[in-house]
Amino acid sequence: MNYQNLSAFDLCIAASLILINGALSVLLKLDLERNLLWASVRTVVQLLAVGYLLGWVFANARWYVVLPLMCLMTLIAGVSAAGRGKRTYAGQLVDSVMAVWSSSWLVSAIGLFVIIRIRPWYEPQYAIPILGMILGNTLTAVSLGIERMTSELTSGRNTIEMILALGGSRWEAAQSAARQAVRAGMMPTLNQMTVVGIVSLPGMMTGQVLAGENPVDAVRYQIVIMFLIAAGSALGTVGAVMLTFRRLFSADHRFMIHKLVAR
Amino acid sequence: MSSSASPTPPSTGPLLETRHLGRLDPGGVVELLKPTDFVLTPGAQIAITGASGSGKSVFLRALALLDAPATGQMLWHGKPIPSEMIPHYRTCVSYLAQRPALVEGSVLDNLQFPYTLKSLRQRRFDLPKATELLAQAGKEPAFLQKSAQDLSGGESQIVALVRTLQLAPQVMLFDEPTSALDPQSASAVEHLVRHWFDADTSRAYIWVSHDPAQARRMSTRHLTMDKGVLQLEPQR
Repeated sequence: MNYQNLSAFDLCIAASLILINGALSVLLKLDLERNLLWASVRTVVQLLAVGYLLGWVFANARWYVVLPLMCLMTLIAGVSAAGRGKRTYAGQLVDSVMAVWSSSWLVSAIGLFVIIRIRPWYEPQYAIPILGMILGNTLTAVSLGIERMTSELTSGRNTIEMILALGGSRWEAAQSAARQAVRAGMMPTLNQMTVVGIVSLPGMMTGQVLAGENPVDAVRYQIVIMFLIAAGSALGTVGAVMLTFRRLFSADHRFMIHKLVAR
Repeated sequence: MSSSASPTPPSTGPLLETRHLGRLDPGGVVELLKPTDFVLTPGAQIAITGASGSGKSVFLRALALLDAPATGQMLWHGKPIPSEMIPHYRTCVSYLAQRPALVEGSVLDNLQFPYTLKSLRQRRFDLPKATELLAQAGKEPAFLQKSAQDLSGGESQIVALVRTLQLAPQVMLFDEPTSALDPQSASAVEHLVRHWFDADTSRAYIWVSHDPAQARRMSTRHLTMDKGVLQLEPQR
């Protein structure tokens, strides 16, 4: 069977499945109808928009088109990584964008230039989806890392001050919280890596198979992507946690808990 | 850092001195501690009393360099304390919080914990010394094997105090150490403090308390804190 294009009518059949959710919401008084409608509209509009945008970018593959788009994607990922968690601090947005940006671009560069070796260097058909997949995972890792760091620091305040009061350095006081935070940030990727192919077939691989690619070749790409994602989220988490650490512990070994505020 | 075995240089002058030391709240509006001139000399036993929120803890925490001052200066043996020396300074001028914080593990793990820190790594844990300190607080050697999670509030504070006193600090800053304790544990804490103080004439401490009887018992000089102003207790 060849690749099957979907018509607008096909999309309508699929979209009408949301009526199942709507009916459940009404029957069980979940009060989710408005949310469902809004989510459905966003799904359709955002995906159609990105489809047309990517179509246009692929047709106009110039570095000055691709690079700004990649910057915008990274910026949005960094900003949304900063928007979670109960507590925040002045500078969290900057830290989060910096952590997402540096880690995902470094890892993407290795994937695109060293492993896949794309030509030209900005080939959007590769650069954009691969950066996008790394960003998606790095953003989760960074936001989990910062969230865990701030909550560990808040709950562990007495222990942290005890270590400082006994003569510990700021790093000795913070390292337990930092370790927990880095673990928390890396955990989703680790979980994903252990079940990939058994419990879940990754979206990219599925897409390649649907498009007619030999599964064994599709899997090779997926393996590369999994390792890129693992490296990106690890680097991003460590970066974010270290930046948080530098914001909340002063060079004279003080824990500035007052900088942590509820959102 | 000097490489001599003694952590503090011998000195006849003041141990600690503050010049216009003041602190603001994090918003930078309210004066938590009005600019304060204060001198702590060897052999001083000072008690500070005052209402909750008057700034007693603020003052002690500033002396321990746990919070950044808004104004003024702190001198240790007549010299300012550079950033990189602050951990070492805190091994000489130790702050004990009202609520003891213990690490996971046994009492012994807690007593050994300070020696894992870089600033104390050249020192060795001294089991006989720790056992002796615990005995002063009425605790048998078997107490060392107890899990920190199973300790009562009073026992936890005794462990926290012994953990600090075994390091032989020159100055102790007590932030209401007994206010949440049963009378028996409170008197064990006072007993430990007296032993530590009497062992060396160059030592000194400040004891923040809300209990006037304890303040009289534990001090030779009594100060009060009122709305961030530190003063001698008015003569009665």
